[in-house]
Amino acid sequence: MPELVKLTIDGKPVEAEKGTLLIEAARQNGIEIPAFCYYEGLTLQAACRMCLVEVEKTPKLQVGCTLPVAEGMIVHTDSPLVKEARKGTLEFLLTNHPLDCPVCDKGGECELQDMVFRYGAGESRFTERKVHVDEKQWSPVVFFDAPRCILCYRCVRICNEGMGVNALGVSNRGVVSEIVPNHHDHLECDECGACIDICPVGALTSGIYRYQTRPWEMEHVGTICTHCSDGCRTTLGVRNGKIIRGNNRDRSGINGEFLCVKGRYGFDFVEHPERLQSPMMRVGDSFEPVSWTKAIEEISARFSQGGKFGIVGSNHTTNEENFFLAKFARQGLGTNNIDHHRTGDLATFFDALSGRNDALATTDDLYNAAAVLIVGNDLSQQHPLLAFQARANVRHHQAHIYTVTSGPVREDHYSTGRASNVEALRDQLKAEKNLVIVFGDSVQGEALRKLVAFGDSLGIPVKYACLVDYSNSRGAFDMGVVPRDGGMSIDQMLAAPDLDVLWVVGANPLKNASLVSQKAFVVVQDLFMTETARRADIVLPAASAYEKNGTVTNVCGEVQKLKQALKVMGAKTDLEIFGLIAKEMGLNLGIWLPDKVFEEIRKTVHGYNVPLAVMATGAAPTLPLNGRVAALPGVIQSAGDTLFTSGSLSRYSKILNSVMEAPGELYGGTKEQ
Amino acid sequence: MLYNEPSPLETRILSKRFGMPNSASLDTYLATDGFKAFRKAREMSPEQIIDEVKASALRGRGGAGFPTGLKWSFVPRTSPKPKYIIVNADESEPGTCKDRLLMEYDPLQMIEGILIASLAVDAHHGYIYIRGEYRYLIESIDRALAEAYSKGYLGKNIVGTGWDFDLYTHSGAGAYECGEETALLDSIEGKRGVPRMKPPFPAVAGAWASPTLLNNVETYSAIPYIINEGGKAFADLGTPKNGGTRLVCISGHVNKPGVYELPLGYPMMKAINEVAGGIPHGRKLKAVVPGGSSCPILRADECDIPMDYDTLAKIGSMLGSGGMVVMDETTDMARVALRIMRFYAHESCGWCIPCREGTTWLKKILTRMVEGNGRREDVPLLKELSVNMLGRTFCALGDAAAMPTISIVDKFAADFEKYIVPEAVLV
Amino acid sequence: MTFSPALEKRFSEMLTRYPAGKQRSAVIPMLIYAQDEVGAITPELIDEVARRCSVAPLQVDEVVGYYSMLHRKPQGKHHVQVCTNISCMLVGGEELYEHAKKKLGIGHKEVTSDGQFSLEEVECMGACSWAPAVEINYDFHHFITPEKLDQLIDALRKKQ
Ligand SMILES: Cc1cc2nc3c(=O)[nH]c(=O)nc-3n(C[C@H](O)[C@H](O)[C@H](O)COP(=O)(O)O)c2cc1C
Ligand code: SF4
Ligand code: FES
Repeated sequence: MPELVKLTIDGKPVEAEKGTLLIEAARQNGIEIPAFCYYEGLTLQAACRMCLVEVEKTPKLQVGCTLPVAEGMIVHTDSPLVKEARKGTLEFLLTNHPLDCPVCDKGGECELQDMVFRYGAGESRFTERKVHVDEKQWSPVVFFDAPRCILCYRCVRICNEGMGVNALGVSNRGVVSEIVPNHHDHLECDECGACIDICPVGALTSGIYRYQTRPWEMEHVGTICTHCSDGCRTTLGVRNGKIIRGNNRDRSGINGEFLCVKGRYGFDFVEHPERLQSPMMRVGDSFEPVSWTKAIEEISARFSQGGKFGIVGSNHTTNEENFFLAKFARQGLGTNNIDHHRTGDLATFFDALSGRNDALATTDDLYNAAAVLIVGNDLSQQHPLLAFQARANVRHHQAHIYTVTSGPVREDHYSTGRASNVEALRDQLKAEKNLVIVFGDSVQGEALRKLVAFGDSLGIPVKYACLVDYSNSRGAFDMGVVPRDGGMSIDQMLAAPDLDVLWVVGANPLKNASLVSQKAFVVVQDLFMTETARRADIVLPAASAYEKNGTVTNVCGEVQKLKQALKVMGAKTDLEIFGLIAKEMGLNLGIWLPDKVFEEIRKTVHGYNVPLAVMATGAAPTLPLNGRVAALPGVIQSAGDTLFTSGSLSRYSKILNSVMEAPGELYGGTKEQ
Repeated sequence: MLYNEPSPLETRILSKRFGMPNSASLDTYLATDGFKAFRKAREMSPEQIIDEVKASALRGRGGAGFPTGLKWSFVPRTSPKPKYIIVNADESEPGTCKDRLLMEYDPLQMIEGILIASLAVDAHHGYIYIRGEYRYLIESIDRALAEAYSKGYLGKNIVGTGWDFDLYTHSGAGAYECGEETALLDSIEGKRGVPRMKPPFPAVAGAWASPTLLNNVETYSAIPYIINEGGKAFADLGTPKNGGTRLVCISGHVNKPGVYELPLGYPMMKAINEVAGGIPHGRKLKAVVPGGSSCPILRADECDIPMDYDTLAKIGSMLGSGGMVVMDETTDMARVALRIMRFYAHESCGWCIPCREGTTWLKKILTRMVEGNGRREDVPLLKELSVNMLGRTFCALGDAAAMPTISIVDKFAADFEKYIVPEAVLV
Repeated sequence: MTFSPALEKRFSEMLTRYPAGKQRSAVIPMLIYAQDEVGAITPELIDEVARRCSVAPLQVDEVVGYYSMLHRKPQGKHHVQVCTNISCMLVGGEELYEHAKKKLGIGHKEVTSDGQFSLEEVECMGACSWAPAVEINYDFHHFITPEKLDQLIDALRKKQ
């Protein structure tokens, strides 16, 4: 039980945990102490002096952002002296701030504007010349306008402390002090754009968003990023059916404000010119557009003839779609030949845990665990959110990070070092209070069982996360898009000479493999003319995750809601496509509305009986499958994506391709001295 | 050759070797009681050393005037961490030029003082942070250190006493703010000279997060005398709570500008008229900066006072770093205010808003006025902006810029009048 | 990038002065000594100092911008620094600086076309009691009048 102290703020008696900063204690009690440099979770600066308050029995105004509460303290945050001090500071701040608000991206979302609105200094007594420096472009996505910068050092801290990249610094001194990028005149970094979002003013602006719109003209749609399995919530700014920006300033979701370059900028694939907008049917060597009705009729006709089916599901589509597809396969088409590109050995994983409901690590656990062991994965590249959580854990809770990876990883910069051998590692880990083990695709089968056994042998609470790659890899597995009960895996389907039908949904199995069966009738649902689609007899334009409702399950088994941000002409959601085919075939697989299907999932899929209330607001953790899980045939292989790629999707994102950096560069910088 | 003739009115304690033939050499030092104090201190307990320093009523000569013995007692001597001694030889306060002489003419006196301090706080490593402009001093100190090492006065088992101490010079590179103790610490760690939050204070977590004792050159240089003659003897040279002598740097409008060692409490007018030979051309005194440009300026009629910390505090100024700038009746105080503000605007580290933006704004207003475009509202504005900085900045540099400005505007308003253009003319 | 044997010796000794793992402390002294030899702080020099002190180049870049004696452009062979801060100003420092501008035909932080001289108006350099003061490279000159400044500069000109 933490010790409490009593103090008085603006005549209101309040209690706060010992050591709480005054600015936080005030906030907890609904009293706002204004601040620019103070930022929850980042180191203290006491630089902006906006938070000055009056504390009785102290001669000078006190700095609210660094002053810990003390018993009997009597604080005034709105005395005439404090008000006048804030006004004075704002007046100073405005002397060199260009008042170009009308053409500033931040207008309407600017903390400086808000402060001046609330605390005065509306008209300035400054009549001298302002310091001017020209705007600079640091990268395709990051622009810097020095005169607007108020030097709160938030960007520097989020990059150093939050991302562990150290790409931003401060140069010069006095009134010409300036934020500078790590490569003299340009940035080489994660290009995550966190510095842009955290900037309280319009000093740092986004190459994609700048001069596009006024914030209030956009509709803000909170959905889940479709690029990797971490499941960050991204709030898409949509105007006239166009996504203009992605961020998560409202801190909704499991990622708080965090987003990587893909979550913040990788949405432009939806409007790529090569996006399919009409069903296509093969005529000889080429394709011809056909109506949806015709396409659906052709497919159901062929499907109704029966034969040997092979169905490849997606790790990008929703749980509802995966569930419906699995049902379609087993009940509708009577086949177990259904699979998806598996990037982690979930089957063995769940079997090894055999129903221990407390053994699955959540995203939160990576932030709260006393220690994190990373095995065979480049977390900062492949799981940016999990890496961010672990970094924050080190900063805020002095957690220990252990790395067992082939090459150097960013985590090395703050890891407890690499153990010389397993025994040494075991001894180190035994000393920890508790542990989270995350491991990549290289750990599968026996190796995976050994790792779990190793964890269980430590005699401390251990949780695990099997690192799968894609936005709904976990969901695809849980919904049964796997060759259970003797079904064929993808490689087996492709190899089967007698395959009659190959139905591919949002996947690209023929990217670097070929289909043996010449006679196979191939149906593909996708956003683009992929290698697989080119082999198809019928191609159906599918909607992307940003164009549909439903749910997805992230790498840690947390279920979250997708919210439709826009509609793309001609495309249909995969769920609707399944429904239409089923209807045409006269199958009764139930209503194909996301909510209805999810109801069924909650009733029938183990671990998915999640509270809807939680779902509505955030992420609901599921429970691992219980009991024994039969091993599955087939290949398990990571996509080996980097921070800037996500399988085929990123191929169609101009922005992501423009910022591609040599991943090696990302490990620049040195341990803190 | 000394830079200025000594005055018979001086009390030469710290400067007793100034002017001796090669006064900086180890031989000269040893021939004049050199390292007697260290040997004596080695026989004393740390507590006894600190008590002597407390008894001496020595107050920091860097500017803040903090009681030295008390500061030494704050260092957690028994901490398992290494402890460091740092010498502040950044000497950048306008009007101040004394540490230069102590290092140039008698470096070993300072070094012995440092060694005694190391005994008091159980430190084995020390760094002398010297402003980059003093390169010739860095070189001469390095020579003095080398000689001391070679003769066993530094390094392992110093003069057979079993005490180890390593001492190094460290060059600055042009930044007044790096004289501020915590900015100095960041600078010595290879960073921008930006001040640190206090607490923790350097005594507890200073250089490389270890306990650190940081004093000015002159402060350390006073230590050997205090140990040799006893704290009381030093204290008795001055006035109560203001022990000893200090090097007063007299500059500006005097016949014999120079650095003179005078006891604390020495009459200011006597220092100007007799020690420094009075004001040239029989002009009248107008104002005095008592201890470096950061101190509020005194009107002539305020200068008939003894020079000690408490008296100056009483009349709302400070004894500061001992830089006494004398100004005669011809001095244009508006231009003085401008020059001082140009300095602070140039030296502000830029960390906090009021200092960064305030100093520049004030500089711009003063420049405009002196260039002949002053407005009536400028004078009250100068005062208000200074008040808005005072006590609200991250470190004392903001105060150092505000205080003299406020005092000049208050005490010499008339000097700004002539720069105010009647509204009519303005448009 | 390598330096003169003397400087290399100084640097390797310098790196041993600071606690283990705190070699970053050598950044500023290293920069100012290297600048004297190289003539300016070049990007290569920044990378080199970063390497030697095992910090990121950005951490060195930040420092270069902060300290007023560190400069990215070469100065003249003789860098003439005239103090105009109050003690100097009261006894003719500003007039002296104006005179220096005329004499050298250059302004603040400018270099003569022949690269021999550069001029800088500097802040208090610790010679207040012997003002007006001038520092040429690292040599102090006290009680300087315009005439004396001319003699100093002419003498340096002849030396070449
Ligand atoms: C802006 C600023 C500049 C300072 N410059 C110097 C300086 O150049 N030399 C110095 O000894 N102290 C300087 N000080 C004072 C130091 O912060 C510190 O108080 C002093 O060095 C402690 O040593 P002392 O107790 O022996 O005086 C400065 C303080 C401030 C706020
Ligand atoms: S600098 Fe500041 S607001 Fe900023 S947080 Fe603080 S003193 Fe407070
Ligand atoms: S004012 Fe010129 S040297 Fe001090």
